[in-house]
Amino acid sequence: MGDWKTITVPVLSSDSKNIPPYTSERKRSPTSMSSQVLHLSLPSSKSMHSFFSAFCTEENIEQSISYIDRELTTLGFPSIYAESKGKELNLVSMVNCMNELLVLQHKNLRAQEEIEIQHLKLGSDMDHLQNCYAKLKEQLELSKREIVGLQERDRQLQSKNRNLHQLLKNEKDEVQKLQNVISSRATQYNHDMKRKEREYNKLKERLHQLVMNKKDKKLAMEVLNYVGRADGKRGAWRTDKTEARNEEEMYKVLLSDYEQRQKQLLLENTELKKVLQQMKKDIISLLPPQKQKPKERPEDGLVLSDQEEDIGELNKENMWELSCETVREQLTNSIRKQWRMLKNHVEKLDNQVSRGHSGTLNEKDVISREDHELETEKLELEIQQCKEMIRTQQQLLQQQLTCDDDTTLLLQDCYLLEERERLQEEWRLFREQKKNFEKERKSFTEAAIRLGLERKAFEEDRGAWLKHQFLSMTADCKSENLTTPSAFLRSSDPDIRLVRSVSRQRRPPSVLSPTVSPEPCQISQYIAQNSVASEKPAADNMPNLWVESDDKEETEECTKSWEDSGLGTLCRNLHMEQLP
Amino acid sequence: ASCVQHRLVVRDASSLQILQLYTCLDQIQHLEWSSDSLFILCAMYKRGIVQVWSLEQPDWRCKIDEGSAGLVASCWSPDGRHILNTTEFHLRITVWSLCTKSVSYIKYPKACQQGVAFTKDGRYMAVAERRDCKDFISIFVCRNWQLLRHFDTETQDLFGIEWAPNGCVLAAWDTCLEYKVLLYSLDGRLLSSYRAYQWPLGIKSIAWSPSSQFLAIGSFDEKVRILNHVTWRKITELEHPATITSKKTIVYKEVEKSPTVGTERLSFPPTRALASSLFSTQSKYDISQVPVSLQYIKPVADRANPKVGVGMLAFSADNCFLATKNDNIPNAVWIWDIRKLKLAVVLEQLCTIQCFQWDPCQPRLAVCTGSSRVYLWSPAGCVVVQVPGEGDFQIMSLSWHSSGDSMLLLSKDNFCVCYLEREEV
Repeated sequence: MGDWKTITVPVLSSDSKNIPPYTSERKRSPTSMSSQVLHLSLPSSKSMHSFFSAFCTEENIEQSISYIDRELTTLGFPSIYAESKGKELNLVSMVNCMNELLVLQHKNLRAQEEIEIQHLKLGSDMDHLQNCYAKLKEQLELSKREIVGLQERDRQLQSKNRNLHQLLKNEKDEVQKLQNVISSRATQYNHDMKRKEREYNKLKERLHQLVMNKKDKKLAMEVLNYVGRADGKRGAWRTDKTEARNEEEMYKVLLSDYEQRQKQLLLENTELKKVLQQMKKDIISLLPPQKQKPKERPEDGLVLSDQEEDIGELNKENMWELSCETVREQLTNSIRKQWRMLKNHVEKLDNQVSRGHSGTLNEKDVISREDHELETEKLELEIQQCKEMIRTQQQLLQQQLTCDDDTTLLLQDCYLLEERERLQEEWRLFREQKKNFEKERKSFTEAAIRLGLERKAFEEDRGAWLKHQFLSMTADCKSENLTTPSAFLRSSDPDIRLVRSVSRQRRPPSVLSPTVSPEPCQISQYIAQNSVASEKPAADNMPNLWVESDDKEETEECTKSWEDSGLGTLCRNLHMEQLP
Repeated sequence: ASCVQHRLVVRDASSLQILQLYTCLDQIQHLEWSSDSLFILCAMYKRGIVQVWSLEQPDWRCKIDEGSAGLVASCWSPDGRHILNTTEFHLRITVWSLCTKSVSYIKYPKACQQGVAFTKDGRYMAVAERRDCKDFISIFVCRNWQLLRHFDTETQDLFGIEWAPNGCVLAAWDTCLEYKVLLYSLDGRLLSSYRAYQWPLGIKSIAWSPSSQFLAIGSFDEKVRILNHVTWRKITELEHPATITSKKTIVYKEVEKSPTVGTERLSFPPTRALASSLFSTQSKYDISQVPVSLQYIKPVADRANPKVGVGMLAFSADNCFLATKNDNIPNAVWIWDIRKLKLAVVLEQLCTIQCFQWDPCQPRLAVCTGSSRVYLWSPAGCVVVQVPGEGDFQIMSLSWHSSGDSMLLLSKDNFCVCYLEREEV
């Protein structure tokens, strides 16, 4: 800047007096650069003129020209003097110099502008940076304050935490103390209780002794008569055998209970194993679809194949019959693995579905839905058809039922008639048989009557004959008759009995009153009953036989009186069997 | 059979006709039928006398006098021919035989709630004993009263023993200060012991399921724990909270119905039936919508035997349901489905529940609350049955007939029999 000044000023003015001030101005210029330059850059033309004229006046032209020349040469320009010595000016060189000076001037101006621009830029940058710096300083201050605040809080919380920990510890200690107190009190109470109990036991013992010592005069137990045991058995003595039996029974009871429980547990186990097997099969059936998408995870395919091989092997081994630990573990592990795979599969499907919803629709889904709809339609059609068929069938059935009402009734009637006829036939047969039976009975009774009569006659004859014989025998020899009559008597015991009975009967027929007859009837029935019920114990049999033997005679008496009634014949028949 | 003061009245169960009348020497305190229903024992604790009457032969007499030993309890043995008398202060148990007039003594019996337990088939009897401050259990064979096994138990103070219905396992539980259940096999081996927690009050009630598969333990912490018979470990805990939120439970609430009396029928003076129907309120069941909050009573803290916890437990005869009552919520019966181990039904009544019992044949539960109504529940629904009659008939307890056709309802002074009709199918 100073250069510009020095250059311009001496050109404009050639006042020798102004040179020292100009030099002084030159000196001053570096100090007051910018403002003065700016000022001077906009001088009015008049001042410029005055300034310019101040350096060079008409008096000091030569001095000023020589001065200018000296300056130019020092600056490197060619001299403005002509080559020849003298004071002639080289106009061309002067013009060139002027041009050069102007170019320089332009350059310098441009440089100055650029510098000024840069200066401005730098100034604005500086401002900007200073602002930033100020802001950052503020932020830094704020953050520092925040940090301090947070640190404070942290410290407070930590102190709180410590306090709480301390409290917790105190509480725990208290709890522990209380527990100790409780346990110590409990032991103390137990000890006291035991002491009191021992005293109490002593009292009880004393009381027991007193009670046992006092012999009550009244019987402790009065029973009218003994009661049979509930199960009918008699009491057993206490022996070792019974003790052993008791132990046996107890162990039997326990064993049976354990066996039952074991059976139940076995059943449960087999059922659970079956369920596990089924689950495995189901999982296997679900897993194959994974094989169709090998792109996603090729590793799974390999794993699957291995797994399936294992599964196949395990299935072949018929797992549920084996129950050892390793097999059980294998089963559960395989199921767990497959379950995990199934889970992964389901998760993948879920992801796919979500992707499908958000992104493009998978064609497969659409097709499947269409298939689904088609199938549902088909099913609906089928259902309708079935319903119609059912309806038609129902109608047909109803028609059949309604039009065949009469025929069914007729049929029913036919059946009833058939049955009735059958029944009537049976009735007829039954009646015929009844008649036959009655006829036979009558014939039998007649026959019995005849027999009786014949017997009577026979016995009368016999009696007469015996009488004859006896009389003849006694008439012949008296001494030898003892044996024979006895022998005879023995052989004809029943005959004599019959004789006796006959004689008895002959004497007083009036003795047999109607009142007697029902009794023997009953007795005979009793006999009949006794003959039938032969299960009575041996001890009781004797009196019955006695009764029987007593009644035999009586019944013999009565049978003859009952020859007309069927009962009598029955009795006699039975009687005949009973006679030894 | 029922007793009035010192008279014993025997009635026919189906017609309530009086069959026999016996007179005892003193006021009867305890009445028990023998297992074959041929004899009845009447115990008069004040005099220390037990009189036995026979139904077959009304003239038969039997009197057992304990003398100065006193009498505290008396019961039949399962064969119906022996009577077990517990003397005063639980000095001894005397076994009187009606067949042989012989006497046996069991020394040192334990004075606890359930000290003597018979197996269901009547073969074995377990007696809790205490010697030298230690608890023992003796198992006797009922046929000849021989001692089979005698072993000690690891309990502080044995509270009760009960046989499983299959007769092979004996459950023994400790006093409520100690939660402990010990399971012994028939031959005296300890099968398992179960303890849920240590310090708070322990077991309040225990029930075996009819198939011996489950043992339900009701405790003071309002929970029921069910153990299974294979591992003797807890399979589930059933809680009794005051609010029911599950949607699958049905809550039946008893609601009072205003008595409907037609105004034209009112007459003066009012007939007895009318008066009773006016004063006795009818009620019916309503289904409440879940969530339901039940009336919860907080117990008084410093009294002993607080009304807390599950105090009543009963399994149904077909092993499908478990009915429980939480004493904190005294108006509700909780019915659990054992197959699903979930709460099936809650019956909320108006008054405190006194007693409930399952029908021995079907899954039917009868509940009585001290009012004159008996409540029946079955999986098909529930119904309120009013006891017809004049005045108040406050049902205190009930008992089913073994055929499941009729039910005995007992109040303080009277009893009545409720007959249930079978549905014609």
